[in-house]
Amino acid sequence: MCNTCGCNITPGNRKHAYTPVAGTTAVSVLQNLLAKNDDQAAHNRAHFDQHGVLTINLMSAPGSGKTTLLEATIETLKDAFRIGVIEGDLATENDAARIRAKGVPAHQITTGSACHLDAHMVHEALHHFPLEGLDFLFIENVGNLVCPASFDLGQHRNVTLLSVTEGDDKPAKYPVMFRAADCVLLTKCDLLPLLEDFDPARAEGYVRNLANDAPVLRLSARNGQGLNAWFDWLRQTRAQQQARLAAGGTTRPKARPEGAPLNETPA
Amino acid sequence: MHELSVCQALLAQVAAVARAHDAQGVRAVRLRVGPLSGVEVSLLKQAYPVASAGTLAESSELLIELAPIRVKCETCGAESEAQPNRLLCARCGDDHTRLMSGDELMLMSVELVI
Repeated sequence: MCNTCGCNITPGNRKHAYTPVAGTTAVSVLQNLLAKNDDQAAHNRAHFDQHGVLTINLMSAPGSGKTTLLEATIETLKDAFRIGVIEGDLATENDAARIRAKGVPAHQITTGSACHLDAHMVHEALHHFPLEGLDFLFIENVGNLVCPASFDLGQHRNVTLLSVTEGDDKPAKYPVMFRAADCVLLTKCDLLPLLEDFDPARAEGYVRNLANDAPVLRLSARNGQGLNAWFDWLRQTRAQQQARLAAGGTTRPKARPEGAPLNETPA
Repeated sequence: MHELSVCQALLAQVAAVARAHDAQGVRAVRLRVGPLSGVEVSLLKQAYPVASAGTLAESSELLIELAPIRVKCETCGAESEAQPNRLLCARCGDDHTRLMSGDELMLMSVELVI
């Protein structure tokens, strides 16, 4: 469906589309408010697909261990796969420097005061970041459980981290974020013996309450527990995407970007 | 989340519609917003006069229709109302549901002064 000719007006929403008022003309639009971002995201996705790279958007609260997880992931997978990282932060280059120290290319987007990455920022970053030869591109979003969930970047999958030093009810408090997750990682699980309040099963239950059947993996990047399940998920997700690309298809995160036309099922 | 930037994206779309119809001004803008869109309606309403100042849509009315959260159960087929953090089927309690309404962030229509 397009947003210009009115073919997105369905019997279900027609009643909202046109309300004549004396003296004025009502023009039906029915367009997602973030349409411009979504157009750019689709362009980014096409770019990723052209290069055969699987792009994963990492989201979480600040300090839940996104960069540490990436370091551990690079450590194990860098011999088998070529990995690139785009880092989003308000101010510093610290995270990109940590990633480069592991021997893989990293580009830092400093957002200033913006609390999330959007598709335009990622597109701009791609001008400075060659995708040639990459197998995985990780985009580490700004640490924030609210805004990043609403902006499609062109990624293929969303991974949301929840560290056990946070509350296990985070998925219930931030449903927009956790509904968008294709994989949920409970991080810092080496600390669980010290944190009696955090019940991993309860955290998973709150994810299920969002009608989200994504895997919920328990791991610790510090002592390595549970990391193999995460690596398996990455390898499997990449293999599935390679098969889709070979068949001329692609994929998007499970939950629709907010405001996308209803009844549209992601491929 | 970022209601001012959402307002700016909205006003860019409104301006494009107004230009396409050679409008003199904009009287009202109608949105449909669901609780799972991530946008806070009260903040959107506060941001709108600021963002629209000096545009064709200055002093226009922002009308927001709230979309209910409704899910359809893939197990028993029932359609029911749900809560933002509890998207389970109200009939059988299953968590295999599909969101039918509630995440919209949609510009529905614009009332133009021609």
